[in-house]
Amino acid sequence: MSLIETIALHQQFGTREVLRGVSLTVERGEIVAVIGPTGSGKTTLLRLIDQLDTPASGKVLFEGREVTPRLRTGVRRQISMVLQKPVVFDSSVYDNVAYPLRVRKYDRKAIPEKVNAMLRTVGLDGYQKRKARTLSGGETQKVALARALISTPQALLLDEPTANLDPVSLDAIEDLILKLNRENGMAIVIATHEMAQGQRLAHRIGVMMQGDLIQMGKPDEVFYAPSDLRVARFVGVENILKGRITANEGGLAQVQLNGRSLEAVTDHRPGQEVHICIRPEEVIISLEAPSSSARNVFSGGIRLLALSGPLARVEIDCGLTLVALITKRSAEELGLRVGQQVQASFKATAVHVISRAVSDQAEPPGPTAESSATTGKPDLFKPTDDPRVRWWGG
Amino acid sequence: MEITWRSLRLSAASTLLATIVCVPLGALIAFHSFRGKRLLLNLIQALYSLPTVCVGIFVYAFIFGQGPLGSLGLVFTPTAIVIGQAILISPIMTGLTVSALSGVDKTIKDTTLSLGASQSQAVWAIVKEARFAMGAAFILGFGRAISEVGVATILGGNIDGFTRTITTTMSLEYSKGEFPLSMALGIILLCVALVIAIMVNLVQQRR
Repeated sequence: MSLIETIALHQQFGTREVLRGVSLTVERGEIVAVIGPTGSGKTTLLRLIDQLDTPASGKVLFEGREVTPRLRTGVRRQISMVLQKPVVFDSSVYDNVAYPLRVRKYDRKAIPEKVNAMLRTVGLDGYQKRKARTLSGGETQKVALARALISTPQALLLDEPTANLDPVSLDAIEDLILKLNRENGMAIVIATHEMAQGQRLAHRIGVMMQGDLIQMGKPDEVFYAPSDLRVARFVGVENILKGRITANEGGLAQVQLNGRSLEAVTDHRPGQEVHICIRPEEVIISLEAPSSSARNVFSGGIRLLALSGPLARVEIDCGLTLVALITKRSAEELGLRVGQQVQASFKATAVHVISRAVSDQAEPPGPTAESSATTGKPDLFKPTDDPRVRWWGG
Repeated sequence: MEITWRSLRLSAASTLLATIVCVPLGALIAFHSFRGKRLLLNLIQALYSLPTVCVGIFVYAFIFGQGPLGSLGLVFTPTAIVIGQAILISPIMTGLTVSALSGVDKTIKDTTLSLGASQSQAVWAIVKEARFAMGAAFILGFGRAISEVGVATILGGNIDGFTRTITTTMSLEYSKGEFPLSMALGIILLCVALVIAIMVNLVQQRR
């Protein structure tokens, strides 16, 4: 029995459909990240789980039981939510954090000890008497988190928990989230537009687009095997090319695109029209033909070279346009410059194939998909976001 | 001195009576949206400047000897003054309660609920958040009650030792030509108002 289960949740604001039949399960002790661009319905979903709103249709189960209006307060007392822009009460930090215990009629004498311990945990010891409204954004976030955690809920819902934090506070909060999950077995649902955060923290990731939960799976599945083009774009797959399978021998397929051919590991049958997806970090750049096991090697000239923090984004024109993401340092070591001829290579396993029947159908009309792709992009360039960057540099 | 004390008691009683009625009423209006809400609020605001004499006459019409409530014998009693003053300040207190509660960040309610509060605990938290603005409502209501003269004269009758208040004494002494005494009473009235305002502010800052 799952701790939380939503069944075909629909939500509507006026004529606008915000959620379109979202079914999601959260197990005990599991961290689930719901990622998706702004406005995709993540907050709406969390609010429904926390019983703050009533869905247009569908239901929420907690510990296998449907949450009826009569059970609401009881269920809310086992789930805590930190809102996207947390507000603190116009009182002291201590009173803010003590609030959930007071509404639960917790033993008065035990409150101070518990509150002080929680403030120590989030690194706000000594802030007890400060007025909560005078704190900085990061401190406010910590107070909100402490306040949500003090009642040791079974599930914690976090809506963009680190949106306005500096990198140091962000690390501290993420560590705390992981620790709580490991030590207390607290189930955590994080809504975030930062896909890398989902990847760092979550056991499973759900991708939401325009009110639909379109893919749910382990981080690697979502990042390396997106189920359709919208997901692919959002999770930072920059190389998406149209092609057709010409042969498949035991799972190693030949894909024809733009007169070029490449190899991919896939089960798709010959003749099938497909999209191929290659993550930019998977594309290796070298000056000579590589001696590695990469099956796909293309040579071409560098069309664009853009630095972004410690990373370099390289666009190579080799009949088809390939985007590679390498460290700035390796770009310097190779002495890359625009116009230079290089070899771009990637493994057959780095190629993810999506049937075009699926992807065309999922392709939304209008520019929405593009904007969601750009929302996802900047995250790629964040220094600490992507652990794979580290081994890539060598 | 006795007069001052009576004025204080009467105004406090009418403010309390108005608070009991107006705060829940204001909360009801603030937390619900319905057709004609704006119109209702405009109406309430217009009644802020309800003339005291009007209220006096209106209430008198109900409680005089042959009136619908005449048998209660309320004419020229402190109770009549309290009722009249409470009606007089109801619009101000209701209106200011509505604006005080509406001024509280909407997410406060969601926050309290998500932290495990019941509906009534959530409403209480919002009232607490609005305590400064609610204090203003309280002070304004009390101020209007203690400074008015129309209701006290018409409904109280200015009976010495029974329904005589600071303001009615002032107008009486003035018409008798006792100008300095009238002025002195006015200063006492202002001092009382000042003390009340300071006390309310102290209470608010303590929490």
